[in-house]
Amino acid sequence: MNTEILGIILIYLLSLGLAIPTGYYIARVYAGQKTWLDFMQPIESLFFRLSGINAQQAMTWEAHLRAMLTINLLWFLWAMFVLMNQGWLPLNPDQNPSMSPDLAFNTAVSFLVNCNLQHYSGETGVSYFAQVFCLMFLQFVTAGTGMAVCATVFKAMQARTAQDLGNFYVYFLKSCTRILLPFSIVLALFLAYNGTPMTWEGKAQLISLEGDTIQVSRGPAAAMIAIKQLGTNGGGYFGVNSAHPLENPSYLSNVAESIAIFLIPMAIVFALGFYLNRKRLAYMIFGVMTVGFLLLVIPTVYYEMQTPAIFQKMGIDTQSGATEGKEVRLGTAASAYWAIATTVTSNGSVNTMHDSLMPISGMTALLGMMINALYGGVGVGFLNFYVFIILAVFISGLMVGRTPEFLGKKIEAREIKIAMLVALLHPLLILGMTALAAYLSANQTPMGWWFLDAEGKSLAGGAWLNNPNFHGFSEMLYEYTSSAANNGSGFEGLADNNPFWNITTGIVLLLSRYIPIIGPVAIAGILANKKYIPASTGTLQTDTFTFGLMVFAVIFIVAALAFFPALTLGPLAEFFSS
Amino acid sequence: MKTNLFSSFILSLACLILFSGVYSSIIWGIAQFTPHQGKGEVLKVNQREVGFAKVGQNFNQIKYFQGRPSAVNYNAAGSGGSNKAYSNPDYQAFIRARIDTFLKYNSTIQKKQIPIELLTASGSGLDPHISPAGAEVQISRIARARNLSEAKIKDLVHKSIEQPLLGFLGKSQINVLALNIELDKLK
Repeated sequence: MNTEILGIILIYLLSLGLAIPTGYYIARVYAGQKTWLDFMQPIESLFFRLSGINAQQAMTWEAHLRAMLTINLLWFLWAMFVLMNQGWLPLNPDQNPSMSPDLAFNTAVSFLVNCNLQHYSGETGVSYFAQVFCLMFLQFVTAGTGMAVCATVFKAMQARTAQDLGNFYVYFLKSCTRILLPFSIVLALFLAYNGTPMTWEGKAQLISLEGDTIQVSRGPAAAMIAIKQLGTNGGGYFGVNSAHPLENPSYLSNVAESIAIFLIPMAIVFALGFYLNRKRLAYMIFGVMTVGFLLLVIPTVYYEMQTPAIFQKMGIDTQSGATEGKEVRLGTAASAYWAIATTVTSNGSVNTMHDSLMPISGMTALLGMMINALYGGVGVGFLNFYVFIILAVFISGLMVGRTPEFLGKKIEAREIKIAMLVALLHPLLILGMTALAAYLSANQTPMGWWFLDAEGKSLAGGAWLNNPNFHGFSEMLYEYTSSAANNGSGFEGLADNNPFWNITTGIVLLLSRYIPIIGPVAIAGILANKKYIPASTGTLQTDTFTFGLMVFAVIFIVAALAFFPALTLGPLAEFFSS
Repeated sequence: MKTNLFSSFILSLACLILFSGVYSSIIWGIAQFTPHQGKGEVLKVNQREVGFAKVGQNFNQIKYFQGRPSAVNYNAAGSGGSNKAYSNPDYQAFIRARIDTFLKYNSTIQKKQIPIELLTASGSGLDPHISPAGAEVQISRIARARNLSEAKIKDLVHKSIEQPLLGFLGKSQINVLALNIELDKLK
């Protein structure tokens, strides 16, 4: 078999093999059982003592959300401060300037919500201080936030009837110290040994073989790359993310980084099974996610290993596949695999330029983000899936004429309303904003202050596109989809560093992070408060193959079909016309 | 709310010290013991540093093997791909021009021998590698430019091939800078 295909099969199997024990470990951490990292305990206790937090204090679901939102607000202010002042702050050997307010807003928000959209380039747009003390800091704590909220929902699902959903700060800090930190250390060191820089020295300057003066950017990259892969952050150290030969130096480093994308998102699902002691439920969820993932990744690998028709007509040697925007050391299969892994998990790091993907691959990448629950982001991916489960329980309950129940709790109108609002928000934001941008582009509306070029001249809508026609539409659709999915990858040809894109995507980012967190936590909290009804013969079984099919159907209807018209205007039209 | 604010502030500060300060110091400290002290591997010719092993550079002279087209002209103070779609007519015209240019400088080569990666820009704009086929098609041009036998250069190209990981994962490739350094040593 083709060595490239073998490579990606191995990557998937290694991810799965590591995710199961990791899931077991995560379940033990959240359950407060003994683990081999208990030596972190004194540090955590010290943190709590200093900040006056009583780790034993139980919280209701409302208290969880209040604590989460408060601490997030502080991080936002810190990020805005650093990004707008990095020019004079320390650790700026390349003398990169401070950010403009709109770019700082977009960057601060997108790292705050675990998206990492990056309308700047790492080499020239941020200082080492901002990389390490602002962006990398947020990559830890926002991933920790998502996981903490997920742990709250686990706890609520376990509860028979309870107000007590554990302590937000404990879940948050433990997610960071016991899960994200140790894995990041391992991966960062692995990368450092494989040639990724980890230095505080500025750009290197030297004379090339042909006698030109060249400069090579570097910096404390290995540390940040590890957490951006593990925490489904995706915000790369260098501008082109893991396509950069220093960020992802070899096929081996690519294997490690690819595994890191899936490790925690997959492990969370198994953790649920161990935590609730309902392994069959975890297998059902994992099965649905995996089928969805395979349906996206197989056509992508197939099309990327083909050659665009236009090249076949030119009569050149096209064995390597669709290589525009790809790196030789990674090859087309591993690049295609990553493109889907990163979009289904809300990671958003890239090792190939998605703008140059084949039309069908562009569509599968979009679908990964439109569904946003196939493995999904750390913690929040499960929350999205939870919403689909609630909807599936309700719909199948209606279909077979049984009271909709999930894990012994009756699901009623209030929960369904919340679930439906969360599920509909995603297409509303994506399609609504894309429609706006498409309107401005089609009419070439003068944008005034909202869209200036480098010289400060105002441009018309549509001048932000890098490719014409259907693909141009896809560029705009992709940007809002990536924002709403808190993904962070992009069709990077789009000229997005201007007030219009910085501000509109910033707003989409905020809404699509906090509402899909608040919704599921509220549902889980409300359900936890309800009376526990023991399972009877009349109970709908939620850990069966049939129910898995049902969830899959709900995902397909709610997530995929809502976007079908937009996909026909973009990637599908491009596919059939080329 | 007020207690939340105070607690959040102190907890954030502590996290900042641990996850930014301590964590990056640990990685940096251990990286000092890696083969290149975390600064990146540099290749030298006669004690002079000529480039980063893993970062591609521009080769314009016909006596050197050329890397892939770059959207940022191999400026490693930045990075970037073309972000062009295959359906873009301007892009297609661009590729045709690249084919013509290549054939002009490599007159012994037929169109169907040119591997696609020599005509398409890499993702980073800094791709240090080409495929063995990508080196193969440049041999005859370089042999003429350097007045060396093709066999000799072919031999060097074969020696420069980096095999797939463990022999069966991914593809074989050639580092252009390393190959050109060896090429300069050929007599």
